[in-house]
Amino acid sequence: MTEILMIAGMAAVTFGIRYILLASAGHFSFPGWAKAGLNFVPPAVLTAIIFPAVLIPNSNAIEFNLENPALLAAVVAVITGLVRKDLLTTIIVGMLAFGLFKWLL
Amino acid sequence: MTNLHDPGACTSPTILASTGTSQSCPNRLKEVFAGSRATIPMIVGAIPFGIIFGTLAEQSGLSSLGAIAMSVFVFAGSSQFIALGLLSAGTGPLIIIATTFIVNLRHLLYSAAIVDDVKHLPGPWRAVIAFGLTDESFAILADKIRKSDENWRLGSLQWFYLGSFLTMYGNWILCTVIGITLGELFPQMNSWGLDFAMSATFIGMVLPYLTTRPMLACVLVAGAMSLGTADLPHKLGLMVSAISAIAVGLSFHLASRRKKETARSKETDTAGMQTKEENK
Repeated sequence: MTEILMIAGMAAVTFGIRYILLASAGHFSFPGWAKAGLNFVPPAVLTAIIFPAVLIPNSNAIEFNLENPALLAAVVAVITGLVRKDLLTTIIVGMLAFGLFKWLL
Repeated sequence: MTNLHDPGACTSPTILASTGTSQSCPNRLKEVFAGSRATIPMIVGAIPFGIIFGTLAEQSGLSSLGAIAMSVFVFAGSSQFIALGLLSAGTGPLIIIATTFIVNLRHLLYSAAIVDDVKHLPGPWRAVIAFGLTDESFAILADKIRKSDENWRLGSLQWFYLGSFLTMYGNWILCTVIGITLGELFPQMNSWGLDFAMSATFIGMVLPYLTTRPMLACVLVAGAMSLGTADLPHKLGLMVSAISAIAVGLSFHLASRRKKETARSKETDTAGMQTKEENK
């Protein structure tokens, strides 16, 4: 039941966001500052997910040390992304690095 | 447009009236296939993403049917992943829905970018376009619009988009099902470190943004705040951090733009004074 409510709610807000401007067919537009603000949404959200996932992997304490495979793999992924600038390569190299570090440590 | 649900009627009266050209069925089909073909490179990136989503669903506490329903009705990759992360942390549906809202707000940008190109289309078409407006289909459509003429936009855009959307959509649902099956066949898959796939993907998605100082400030605030608010109940830290980071990034952006504007107006002032002196 909770699952149905959750999925229905997610579907409703997602479609609402994608549809509201198209529904008004150009009769409504955002002020410039709001559009500029929207540009910051993806990096802000994604970063707020990445940091705890990588630095608090066991959800109790920050593990900023060389024994944390997620942290080491994240560093590898960042370097790969900066050098190759290709999403798929970043994902694959990052995952391989994580597997390797997890196996080594 | 009635034609959307009536494949028998092939020429659209609205298009006839507005451009004076008619379009036959094979042409529409050609556009659908062209849209589908243009989307194939994007699918290569979406396949692992969809499969991983499917494999992670079960262990995050989402039923197989729920995972399929999510891919069918929500159809938004990153927010689906985030929902799994929140579910496995025991977060309630309301917070998950609110977080989905924040995460998918970026799609407003996409619809703002294409609204002028699709406003001639009837309501149901615009609804279909909205439903399928993923990062990938938006990128494909925006690129195609830039390269095409007015006639294409008025007569073919929706068919091209339909091909792109159905390809993404079909692939996403199929990959979800494959992922669920793999997860059930190999329950030990969760020890393969697939959960890091999400972090790796998001790292790859954030990096291209880091080209300006406001963006850098935004990302630093998001990272620091998310660690500082990790203990907040109901995983509220994600929303608090994201909103603070957006506010900081936007403030930096507006401040630096104002600085540029004042610099420019000073330049024009001095230029104006010089011409006055020359006139003397």
